[in-house]
Amino acid sequence: MSNAQIEIQLIASLVAIACAIPGTFLVLRKMAMISDAISHSILPGIVIGFFITQDLNSPLLILLAAITGIITVVLVEYIQKTGLVKEDTAIGLVFPILFSIGVILIAKNANDVHLDVDAVLLGELAFAPFDRLLIAGVDVGPKSLWVIGSILLITIGLLFAFFKELKISTFDAGLAASLGFSPAIIHYGLMTVSSVTTVGAFDAVGAILVVALMIAPAATAYLLTTNLKRMLMYAICFGVFSAISGYWLAHWLDASIAGSITTMLGFIFLMVYLFAPNKGVIAVLYREKQQRTEVSLLTFLLHLRNHSEEEERHVNHLNEHINWQKVRSKTVLELALKNNMILIENSVVSLTKKGKDFTSQAIDYIITNEDSKIEHMKDDFFLFRG
Amino acid sequence: MDITEYIKLVFTDYTLRTITLGTAVLGAVTGMLGSFAVLRKQSLLGDAISHAALPGIAIAFLITGAKDSNVLLLGALVSGLIGTFWIRGIVSKTHLKSDTALGLILSLFFGFGMLLLTFIQKQPNANQAGLDKYLFGQAATLVESDVWLMTIVTGACLLVLLLFWKEFKILLFDADYTKTLGFNTKFIDILITTFIVLAIVLGLQTVGVVLMSAMLLAPAAAARQWTNSLGVMVFLAAIFGAFSGVFGTAISASQNNLSTGPVIVIVAGVFVLISFIFSPSRGLLFKQIRFIKNRRDLQLHKTLSFMYHIAETHDNISHPHAIKILNNFQGFTKGTLQKLVRKNYVKLDGSMWSLTEEGFNTASNLYNQQTENNE
Repeated sequence: MSNAQIEIQLIASLVAIACAIPGTFLVLRKMAMISDAISHSILPGIVIGFFITQDLNSPLLILLAAITGIITVVLVEYIQKTGLVKEDTAIGLVFPILFSIGVILIAKNANDVHLDVDAVLLGELAFAPFDRLLIAGVDVGPKSLWVIGSILLITIGLLFAFFKELKISTFDAGLAASLGFSPAIIHYGLMTVSSVTTVGAFDAVGAILVVALMIAPAATAYLLTTNLKRMLMYAICFGVFSAISGYWLAHWLDASIAGSITTMLGFIFLMVYLFAPNKGVIAVLYREKQQRTEVSLLTFLLHLRNHSEEEERHVNHLNEHINWQKVRSKTVLELALKNNMILIENSVVSLTKKGKDFTSQAIDYIITNEDSKIEHMKDDFFLFRG
Repeated sequence: MDITEYIKLVFTDYTLRTITLGTAVLGAVTGMLGSFAVLRKQSLLGDAISHAALPGIAIAFLITGAKDSNVLLLGALVSGLIGTFWIRGIVSKTHLKSDTALGLILSLFFGFGMLLLTFIQKQPNANQAGLDKYLFGQAATLVESDVWLMTIVTGACLLVLLLFWKEFKILLFDADYTKTLGFNTKFIDILITTFIVLAIVLGLQTVGVVLMSAMLLAPAAAARQWTNSLGVMVFLAAIFGAFSGVFGTAISASQNNLSTGPVIVIVAGVFVLISFIFSPSRGLLFKQIRFIKNRRDLQLHKTLSFMYHIAETHDNISHPHAIKILNNFQGFTKGTLQKLVRKNYVKLDGSMWSLTEEGFNTASNLYNQQTENNE
């Protein structure tokens, strides 16, 4: 690995961490799309800042862009408050218009400005190591490494300082307000951090892919845990992992680094989305199927309990009367047998004592209808699940 | 080129005519379908779909190797639809909220698209240039066949809208009721979503991935302010969209260095701003005026009722009282007193006032019945 390669991976990992932290809170606060809006609407801020300073890495640029980000949030909230349109429409209106203003500003001054929309929107990580920061003539590393490094330090500092405030206001804004934390300050603080991170990162990975680094690791982590600290840790790990593996994917394919980092993020999300233990699609589908069978079992047992006549309890009757398919009735019967709830003699089904106990408790459950009860009951009675 | 020259050229110049027609038709169809997106609270879907279409374009190019825009649009359509239904899947199967799902699909698909685009650029195939026009859109690349395609889609969309109007409408406002009536809600839902995706994909070439969501939303959001009827709203949105397209093209053609997409979006934004402020029933301006008027009426009533309570204690209701016993707490100002005099509720005599018969009756009924002078 050459020096430049290490530097690129370092920058990418730092960007990933810096994005994952505010991203986690944005996802939890249902404001993920705000990050998309900010990432687009900072364009006019960057352009104006660039006209003033002529330097893409100057702190003024970051400040101006962050202010534009805040303006976006305020505008969205103002439009929403008038009640003329819903929040999502407000977001969808504000950022393309601000973005258009940025594009037009660039286009009108394109002749004497070295800045194009592609660079802002897509970024190019491969060039980051060539822009060195010189202090007193000594080369101390790439500029963007310092920019994103300091943003990350501030973010981590703020996170540790205000962790409990953030946590409470995210999950219970009312409680936070009554405890004396101003939700508005925390809200705008988070927005400021997101804007600053977006600006600091756009140079490296491009504005749209900042959104991916903010939302995707957090969303992936959210599928795996419900503990905030763990979610933050997972999100950071996913971010860094995709940053480094994405770099090597890009190296191998000779394609955009930012694009392949996002592709890695997408791949990880897809895997977790499909295979996460409790909340993955496969787990959910399996659980739905299990519950369907168990409900059928319950219906069947209740039916048995209510009928003492033999013809009502005949195996064939399942297909005819309750109108179940052959496969389904077979699964239900087998499940009931495995759990020792029924006996089959000469194709006539009868309840065992355990089956009777189960059904009487099930009736209790149906009458009182307390959701928590049925799962305990299933644990008590079932040797095998559906 | 100035505006008059432009108008002359629209009728003679092939390129300009094509672009103007194209953006107008595009504005109309996105406005129409955007109304449904806005009312279904799916405003940001447009943004997500337009980004999600990018890998489809790249893959279609990789497979066919041709730059035929119809093939690329087909790829975009497929990829956009996959994105849409994946968003649905995430929202219905996991506990992630719709905003997270939208942001995820948007950024992940777009990033994948970028990967493919840069991959294509490195291929030893000189034919690849021009794919990035889908990023920011270039109305200038519209040709007559594109406009025809847009017109056909718009026609099909109109036909379907007319055919399924009542289904769309009822699904929009009461989805559960629609289901109980026995309509196949899934089918209607997929139909309208597919058309929204189709409209977005059509616009990619003209205004690009980033600005497409505004094309979809802005005309509809503007139209929403003027009416409460779905039919009128769809019609108005189509008109607003078409005019944004025409004006945007005109402005960008008459200036140097102005790309059409952003200008169209800003024109549409101006429509929204005007609608927000000046719409008679919902607009901010008239709302404020109504607010001030109500406050004044309330102050007037306050003064009158205070006078009434004083007059009540006297046998003669027209017994004169000194003006100085009135004060600002009862909403009294010189203006309100003058107004009361003008309405003939109060008589002034030097520094004394007295209630008239009419004023007394009005005041005694003030809180019993609605007065007719609300407006």
